[in-house]
Amino acid sequence: MSYRLGVDVGGTFTDLLLINEADSSFHIAKVPSTPADPSIGVLNGTDKVCELAGIAPGQIEHVMHGSTIATNAILTGKGARVGLVTTEGYRHVLQIARSFVPGGLGAWVIFNKTPPLAPLKLTIEARERIGANGEIVTPLNEDALRQSLRHLKRKGIDALTISLFNSYTNDAHERLAGRIAEEELPDVPVSLSCDVIPEMQEYERTITTVCNSYVRPIVAKYVRNLSDELERRSKGVKLHILRSDGGLTPPAGAETVPVNLLMSGPAGGVAGALWIARQAGFENLLTFDMGGTSTDVCLIRDGLAQTRRDTTVGDLTVRASSLDVRSVGAGGGSIAHVPELTKALRVGPESAGADPGPAAYAKGGSAPTVTDANVVLGYLPASSRLGGDMQIDRAKAEAAVGAIAEALDFSVERAAQGIYDIVNENMVGALRLVSVQQGNDPRDFALIAFGGAGPLHGNALARILDCWPVIVPPGPGVLCAYGDATTRSRDEASRSLMRRFSQTSAAEVGEIFADLSAAAARTLDAEGIAETERSTSYEVDVRYSGQVLSLPVAVDIDAFRENGLAHIGDSFDALHEKLYTFALESEREIINLRAIVQGRETLADAGRITRGNSDPSAAKVAEEKIFADGGWQDATIYQRDLLQAGNIIAGPAIITQLDSTTLILPGHDGEIDDLGNILIRPQSAG
Amino acid sequence: MPAIVIETNQTPFNTVDVDPVDLDIIENALRSARVEMDAVLFRTAMSPGIREQHDEFPLIANRDGKMVVGQFGAFIHTFLQNYDGEIEEGDVFLTNDPYSCDGAVSHTPDWLVLMPIYKEGRVIGWAAMFGHMTDSGGRVPGSMPTDAQQIYEEGIIIPPLKLYTKGVLQSDILNLILHNCRMAQWNKSDLNSLIAGCRLAATRVTELSTRFGDDVYFSALNELLDRTKRAVGELILANIPEEKQSFEDWVCDDGMGMGPYRIACSMWREGEKLIMDFGGTDPQSAGAINFYCNEEMMKMYCGVFMIYLADPQILFNDGFYDLMEFRIPKGSLLAPQKPAALSGRTHALSRVVDVLNGLFGQGNPDYLCAAGFSASPHFFFSGHNEHGEWFQQYQIGFGGIAGKPSGDGADGHAMWPDFTNVPNEFVEAMYPLRIETYAAIADTGGAGLHRGGNGVHTGYRFLRAGQVSIHDDRWLTHPWGVKGGLPGARSSKILERADGTRSVLPSKCDRIKVVPGDILQFRTWGGGGWGDPFERAAELVLDDVEGGLVTAEGARRYGVVIEESDGDYGVDAAATETLREELREARGSDIPLFDKGGDLADLIARCEQDTGLAPPAPPVFPDWVDKGEAAQ
Repeated sequence: MSYRLGVDVGGTFTDLLLINEADSSFHIAKVPSTPADPSIGVLNGTDKVCELAGIAPGQIEHVMHGSTIATNAILTGKGARVGLVTTEGYRHVLQIARSFVPGGLGAWVIFNKTPPLAPLKLTIEARERIGANGEIVTPLNEDALRQSLRHLKRKGIDALTISLFNSYTNDAHERLAGRIAEEELPDVPVSLSCDVIPEMQEYERTITTVCNSYVRPIVAKYVRNLSDELERRSKGVKLHILRSDGGLTPPAGAETVPVNLLMSGPAGGVAGALWIARQAGFENLLTFDMGGTSTDVCLIRDGLAQTRRDTTVGDLTVRASSLDVRSVGAGGGSIAHVPELTKALRVGPESAGADPGPAAYAKGGSAPTVTDANVVLGYLPASSRLGGDMQIDRAKAEAAVGAIAEALDFSVERAAQGIYDIVNENMVGALRLVSVQQGNDPRDFALIAFGGAGPLHGNALARILDCWPVIVPPGPGVLCAYGDATTRSRDEASRSLMRRFSQTSAAEVGEIFADLSAAAARTLDAEGIAETERSTSYEVDVRYSGQVLSLPVAVDIDAFRENGLAHIGDSFDALHEKLYTFALESEREIINLRAIVQGRETLADAGRITRGNSDPSAAKVAEEKIFADGGWQDATIYQRDLLQAGNIIAGPAIITQLDSTTLILPGHDGEIDDLGNILIRPQSAG
Repeated sequence: MPAIVIETNQTPFNTVDVDPVDLDIIENALRSARVEMDAVLFRTAMSPGIREQHDEFPLIANRDGKMVVGQFGAFIHTFLQNYDGEIEEGDVFLTNDPYSCDGAVSHTPDWLVLMPIYKEGRVIGWAAMFGHMTDSGGRVPGSMPTDAQQIYEEGIIIPPLKLYTKGVLQSDILNLILHNCRMAQWNKSDLNSLIAGCRLAATRVTELSTRFGDDVYFSALNELLDRTKRAVGELILANIPEEKQSFEDWVCDDGMGMGPYRIACSMWREGEKLIMDFGGTDPQSAGAINFYCNEEMMKMYCGVFMIYLADPQILFNDGFYDLMEFRIPKGSLLAPQKPAALSGRTHALSRVVDVLNGLFGQGNPDYLCAAGFSASPHFFFSGHNEHGEWFQQYQIGFGGIAGKPSGDGADGHAMWPDFTNVPNEFVEAMYPLRIETYAAIADTGGAGLHRGGNGVHTGYRFLRAGQVSIHDDRWLTHPWGVKGGLPGARSSKILERADGTRSVLPSKCDRIKVVPGDILQFRTWGGGGWGDPFERAAELVLDDVEGGLVTAEGARRYGVVIEESDGDYGVDAAATETLREELREARGSDIPLFDKGGDLADLIARCEQDTGLAPPAPPVFPDWVDKGEAAQ
């Protein structure tokens, strides 16, 4: 029998989901995370979930893992000591960066730039120059480079990046420098920009490759330990790491190009949302993952998550493909405050985090948070379990929110409602970025709410954006592990071309596509995925000659074979018109080309639950008052695991379960489907 | 005659109570809409100045034309006062004439699009956006001749006119305009982008008004304006003394061999009102360095400067304009009379900003920052590429941010909002030149407890024959340091010819012929230092030395002695202590608040020796101007 294991390591818990591929049955385990060495939690959890399922660890064939280890290395500043080799004249490429001061007029007064990820004192210049057309202007001075590398060796570095000017047009110097570096610094992992991201723009290429070097030793060590330990327990097990773009990579890929793992964690949530929603019959989705400190949102159209070319972690942005997940600093722990000067009510971005946490958790926190507002409003009743062991202290929540009420001269429930509404508005802003701003009407999408706090806010967000239904999956708190377990292998290859349509031909583009698809397939070859179980898609970044930002255009390869470049041009014009209301007669220009190869989807089904009738009263556990739409109302509390398919719950209602709490607002119904999802819609819509 | 706004629906708007939370939601939603306007423009515009360097400014205003979100304040009120005609639904206005919009745009390359937002027959707001076009015609590529004496030399002048009348494009007008521009295709695309941005704002405003109700939306915007007014009122009371503070700084030259030009300002508070009096500023120049200063924009800068340290989340809007009064003498460098040329206005603009910083710092020492890279010097290169096609490059430079209370100034950055540099690989792919050096210049930032940022050295190697124009300043005067911080280094441009000759280029010049192999070494200026350099931790100075940001010799300005052996650096602690003692003693206990690097007479006397350029002659001012209260 073949088992797949999905593992998601979060800040507090490590979630595991074990799927039996033969009959789609599954088991879930939740164990405490072990931040010092996350692999310990993973292994503990693996033992626990195998015990629950009554199988030996040796029966697991595939482990899919979403990891935040690379992200955390950046956020905590605990990455490697990186050396950098640039072209002569460009030593300060990371210091000057793009000269951008964030914040607006006058913001330079408070702008203090963080030092480069590769320290300047560990940055050396190579005497060499490649021209814009790939011509060698000055050959690489090998002796001088060796001298400089020896100097770096004396200073001590953990990892090295080589990023030379115009290497996207000709990588010969970078490769030669790489060989020399391996001779001079045999124990130091070397990342070449032409391997990591062979695209134009020296700052972006350099920072991306340096970031790769920065997280590489930590990720490599973690992945190697984990993979060795798993191998010890389950001989022949295959470990796969989830990448930022939602694909999977084997351990070797994770070790050499870890910059592609920065959004591995959120990608698991998106994949999980997609998996469960698709089985429930929804292909157009806004994912809404609200946790303690931040909220991640993503748009899925026709069953495909949108991807972007940049990944942002903290104040660092690198050029690496990732699912277009937007984060806002709004979560259950976000703190509300009223600045003296304006008397405006603000929520976040400061957060009480897990420690001390919201006042209601009675762990020493006293600042008013979004969670406290939920408690005051009655949305988080005292009976909700918050992961099992935490009690809610309503009095402390009221005292905390009371401070806001006083500052605004409001009643405490009105202040709580204000906090709830403002944080919702902040999250709506993020959902707008992925929907309306990309030319998508939110009314064409369903909203899938997950994460610990998502189901408390989903209904309210949908009411603003008019996106129905709100889907609350059966395990809102462990959805990432579902995503990890069910995602498929994927890899991509890209290169820059920089030609106007008149300067290239369908033949040339077709040839590049063929090369790229072969390169992208190598990962899947290594995983032993048969060619019949793969699909390949193509993308081209196009712009009007003169523009600087390009749009990624999906290429229908059959239409391309038939119509050539005209197919790409027409698709681009249509997309430009859709997004920006106009197209131009200017000549079009190809910037980058990409091939994406994917393996087949897992056959695992979500389980079905028992079907009942429309009456949910068997799951009713209590009646409580909640404050909604300006007044106190009677709401019914239900227990999630007692609900049956077909039950229809009239709002106002609250549904509690171990890992989350769902709010159904007055005037809305929640219907339970066969997979156990709660589908919330306005009552008038029938 | 003021404009007549045609509304088919005469129902008045009612002022209603706005729930405070709804108010905050409307504020956030408008802020998002402004971000969306930028996003559309950056993605679709073609002029590198707009799409890469973000030389563009959006705004959304209320029904009366008061800016509710944006950067520089609204000019719509002025426009309505001066536009002689009817305004109807579907109209889209275009202008680039500073003299027709009270300097809302301050030179002809800035094209301003403005449109009323109608909902059910009533005006509920305005959207506007302007951006810097690569070319607007005129005497030189880029439309900014450094020696222009009349605005007519600076490209086509478009008075406020309807580009769209009731939704219909006036294509004859558009063709006439574009026919005058060297890069017509770019202008067309940029214009489309500006209009798309404004239309997007209109959509968002209409949605919001529908969501909350027209009366709530109308009332909420007034409340937002009031809220900012109350906040700024408190800031003025807390931070601006009633006693008069004065400050002056200089534009080095006018591009025609005369200079420097004084910009002077006094600041004080009368009751709750902030007064800014530019009396003592020089009369307008016969050349192109005049800056038609828009009062609203300057008020916005002052408000923002104060707001930033108090609550950066406050919405900047026009609400507080009544609390500030700007007195600018007519016929002065800052209020020139038509047809004075304006294309070199960037220098006076940045010097005004420096003067304001100096004034605020005197009023409240917590606010005192050094002078830094407040400018955006221009580099133009044009000619025909190897395919015989015309190319035209316009780029702005970056430099050292000022040392400031919160920390060091960044190296090679910008003090204007949202500006970013153009990737050099992108430049090389588009234009026939090679950028051989792009680096921060060690020691150009003024020493200080918080040092000034370094300027940038860009080495342009030309691969085709063509011509170069430059607009730059601060080659004669220094960006000053404060509180013991030293001034930053000045700018320079050196042309090294393929034939081995070398010449210092003036900071403002046009039509410099270059041939393949020539290299232009373009060095921008650094930021002034903040606070006593002898108090700066020696380890930080060592870090900068190791990073190539300060030299071992330059470290001595901090009183730090660096020793080097085999490429490794270290601090000689004992020698550092001794040197610091000596330097402290030599300096004495009387540390001036500002260090301008010597007085003007000294700088002029040393000019040739320091800069390789002859000193400018004293300015001769045009005799046809009514000079008002300007200094003689």
